[in-house]
Amino acid sequence: MSDLYNVSSSPHVRSKDTSSRIMLYVVLALLPTTLFGIYNFGYRALILIVVTIASCLASEWVFEKIVHKKSTINDFSAVVTGLLLALNLPATLPWWEAALGGVFAIVIVKMMFGGLGQNFMNPALGARCFLLIAFAADMTNFVIDEYTGPTPLAAMRSGEAVNTMNMLIGKTAGTIGETSVIAILIGAIILILLGVIDLRIPGTYIVTFVVFIAVFGGHGLDVNYITAQLCGGGLMLGAFFMATDYVTSPITPNGRILFGICLGVLTGIFRMFGANAEGVSFAIILSNLLVPMIEKITIPRAFGQVKEGKKHE
Amino acid sequence: MNKYMERLYNGIIKENPTFVLMLGMCPTLAVTTSAMNGLGMGLSTTLVLVFSNLLISAFRKVIPDGVRMPAFIVIVASLVTVVEFLMKAYTPALSVQLGVYIPLIVVNCIILGRAESYASKNPIGPSIFDGVGMGLGFTFGLTCIGIIREVLGAGQLFGVQILSLDWFTPITIFVMAPGAFLVLAFLVAIMNIVREKMDAKGKPLAAPSGCLTGDCAHCGQSAMCTGKKSE
Repeated sequence: MSDLYNVSSSPHVRSKDTSSRIMLYVVLALLPTTLFGIYNFGYRALILIVVTIASCLASEWVFEKIVHKKSTINDFSAVVTGLLLALNLPATLPWWEAALGGVFAIVIVKMMFGGLGQNFMNPALGARCFLLIAFAADMTNFVIDEYTGPTPLAAMRSGEAVNTMNMLIGKTAGTIGETSVIAILIGAIILILLGVIDLRIPGTYIVTFVVFIAVFGGHGLDVNYITAQLCGGGLMLGAFFMATDYVTSPITPNGRILFGICLGVLTGIFRMFGANAEGVSFAIILSNLLVPMIEKITIPRAFGQVKEGKKHE
Repeated sequence: MNKYMERLYNGIIKENPTFVLMLGMCPTLAVTTSAMNGLGMGLSTTLVLVFSNLLISAFRKVIPDGVRMPAFIVIVASLVTVVEFLMKAYTPALSVQLGVYIPLIVVNCIILGRAESYASKNPIGPSIFDGVGMGLGFTFGLTCIGIIREVLGAGQLFGVQILSLDWFTPITIFVMAPGAFLVLAFLVAIMNIVREKMDAKGKPLAAPSGCLTGDCAHCGQSAMCTGKKSE
């Protein structure tokens, strides 16, 4: 008898994608942003990136040693978390605060809830918000070219004009990874071409946000203002790299659209009516918490399934 | 161990209201921004608890069963008023710090819980020790949380700067609300580890029984009891 007749149980079609491969793609896609951040903010940015990645890897390894679990540091997810966290920090942050952020991201947000796949919010953003509340002064101290200045968003809030071209390229104050929209878009295109993310979440996020700004921004359909709002702060980085995190975004197609709308509205509310100029990270982690509910109401109907209460003819 | 010491041990370790019974969470989370606040809150609750247990136990035979809850609350409320005035007179700073949480001791579920499940059924002597034990357990829990939050959040201990601000940046999140939840969660986790270790050693800490009657079906505390027996 030939092997052909030997039918094993499903799945019969396997993809080469594994967790570690997808994480590697994300790291690859983050490279332009990372390199630009290092170029823009100098060696301090490099040190912070190394420190957060090392602290994420170390805390994952140590935690799994303590609870006698199999080590999972080879899946690169801790590297991605560390890198994303560093990209969300200002380059002037003391290194030990960044390291504490890495520990918080891995131990409290990820491992306490069961490790990769179980975390209820994006670990990097959870840690960023922790640091933002814990070290408010250090986390909002933005320095560029030896000169402390407001981020473009803060400048816009106080009514100053901003140079949109500089914001596209990234020669502005901000966190390490959020300044250069072009570098982020290059990474986003890589991810979309590799099929790692789909456009539903970032697409609806950005469209909803634009609509919200046009309605409530107080500048109407001023293209300059809207572009500056889109390019400023962490919106692009958040939309393409953090809102699309597999674990903390809805799995259903319609759920992703709803998730994007939530993100856009929340970001708009935080930026327009909140106490701070920026609100992307809070919008994303709040929406992360809504994901189970979003998934519940957007379960697609299986083929042939009849809606409850409707009589089958 | 006689019955008095047993009550103390029960309140401080076995059924610690903060870490085991998880009672009185509102003041636990809200006022423990510093060790002093935790200690003050704990001691004032202890004072009310001891005297409310004493009075309720003394009157247990004259209070009709149907109106026992209102009767308990009247007793507790009078005691809390006394404590509140005393604190305003002698520790005005602490009184301002603890604010509304002092009057709120009236509805603290530890006090009503002990009244309902212990003092109203037992003689005066053990009831007083039950109050002392539970109160000290609560004080211990609150002071622990307060110490950790104050050291991490301000670098101070009982108001004294122990970590120099030259090199230490206070992690301010710990003196804010999220810090209370984080610290409490870690301390309860440690308590659970201790419990498991003792189990493994063959010297289990008795599971919290919450009450002595064991009649869960007719217990007024049933809704919030953590040590309920399954039917």
